Amino acid sequence: MLDRVFREQWARVVASLVGFLGDFERAEDAAQEAFAVAAERWPRDGVPANPVGWLVTTARNRAIDRIRRERTLAAKTRLLDRPEAVEDEVTDSLPGDIGDERLELLFTCCHPALSAEAQVALTLRTLGGLTSDEIAMAFIVTPETMKRRLSRARSKIKLAGIPFTVPEASRLPERLAAVLAVIYLIFNEGYGGRPDLAAEAISLGRVLTELMPDEAEAHALLALMRLHHARRRARFDGADLVRLADQDRGRWDADEIAAGRAGLDRAVALRGRGSYVLQAAIASLQTEPAIDWPEVATLYRELARLTRSPVVELNRAVAVAESGHPEDALTIVDALELDGYRYLHSTRAELLCRLGRPAEAADAYRRALELTQAEPELRFLRGRLAAL
Amino acid sequence: MKYALLIYSPAGEVAGLDPDVTAEYMALSDHPACIAGGQLQPVQTATTIRVQGGETLTTDGPFADTKEVFGGYYVFDVDDLDAALELAARIPAARMGGSVEVRPLVER
Repeated sequence: MLDRVFREQWARVVASLVGFLGDFERAEDAAQEAFAVAAERWPRDGVPANPVGWLVTTARNRAIDRIRRERTLAAKTRLLDRPEAVEDEVTDSLPGDIGDERLELLFTCCHPALSAEAQVALTLRTLGGLTSDEIAMAFIVTPETMKRRLSRARSKIKLAGIPFTVPEASRLPERLAAVLAVIYLIFNEGYGGRPDLAAEAISLGRVLTELMPDEAEAHALLALMRLHHARRRARFDGADLVRLADQDRGRWDADEIAAGRAGLDRAVALRGRGSYVLQAAIASLQTEPAIDWPEVATLYRELARLTRSPVVELNRAVAVAESGHPEDALTIVDALELDGYRYLHSTRAELLCRLGRPAEAADAYRRALELTQAEPELRFLRGRLAAL
Repeated sequence: MKYALLIYSPAGEVAGLDPDVTAEYMALSDHPACIAGGQLQPVQTATTIRVQGGETLTTDGPFADTKEVFGGYYVFDVDDLDAALELAARIPAARMGGSVEVRPLVER
């Protein structure tokens, strides 16, 4: 129970403290102390009426104490020969109403002046409430590497003067795109087999849509993630990947699909036409009992125009083939410059197979095998090659 | 906060700026937040010194041969990194094959 409250409040508490202290490290330390105090007292004395206010006040007091102690120590050792304004600012503005500054926090964590890796790590730490060690585990790096990554990011924010604000309107589209990219990156990390990270991304997406209810792309990203996540139990058979067409639809999460579709409707109602709207629309069509492949192909064409991505073109080719035009699909695939991409070759192989050209299909499967490392995919491709 | 905007241009392209481009550089110098700045003579004019064991070693040329050469700088006093980045993006070198490095100054 306490755990759940903590996870929900962590981001708000940290956000408020960063806004107040102007320092990520102090904010996180103070938040951690306050949560530790709460863990001790709340079970005994009961959860306070306003948990966030309680946590923020406690954390602020702890931070102020710490700053005072550090300054006393510094004065004693004469390291600091000139007064700073920090203490007075701190004591003069003790909490009245605790506003929600999670959006400022999110935009700061996803500032393009930070590396993508740092953006992801810092977002998971401050908004997701994951510990540094948990993030290290999720991204398969050592705990020391992750600690360094986080501390470098915090220090850059401070030294480089990355502002703790929601960007003004002229910069908002570009900056929002960066935030969406970070959340989707976290989701995709999770999609490969770590559902906890995927769930984390969904929860970040939900927070973002609550904070920016008029942003179509935010609703669309959340919808897209939900529609994919809905199929998580059907995507694997043991360690093996199961293709969309072979998935047991009984194992799909109907509530999640409904929530995803509702989110997509909201995005479309907001006149969204961006890349996440298109991707969510495709994902939604793919959860229909009978998939409208020509419509999927049209959406992919639109998405390819928007993103100029050859990978999207490859997906369009699959949709064109599923619409009953494998020759056209092969023409699209053969025009792509994606020789190092294993899915190009596996897709080509499937198409050649359908067109009754098994020798060429076998060559394409072999090329795909050369480019593949993951064991489940290797097994899948070997199976297809053997069945020719 | 004070930020140094360090301007790098592709080697050999510093001299002979278009008058319009020069005017853009001048306009940035006249910006109220600009507190210092300067254009450097071409890299061929550089002399590099090192002091090793009390001995001064003097060599002709820049400290490293690179594709982009340091050609000038501004120092701006603005609120935050976003404001500094916005000014940096207005420096012509940034769109003319060069780049601008934005570095906060140590506050003393």
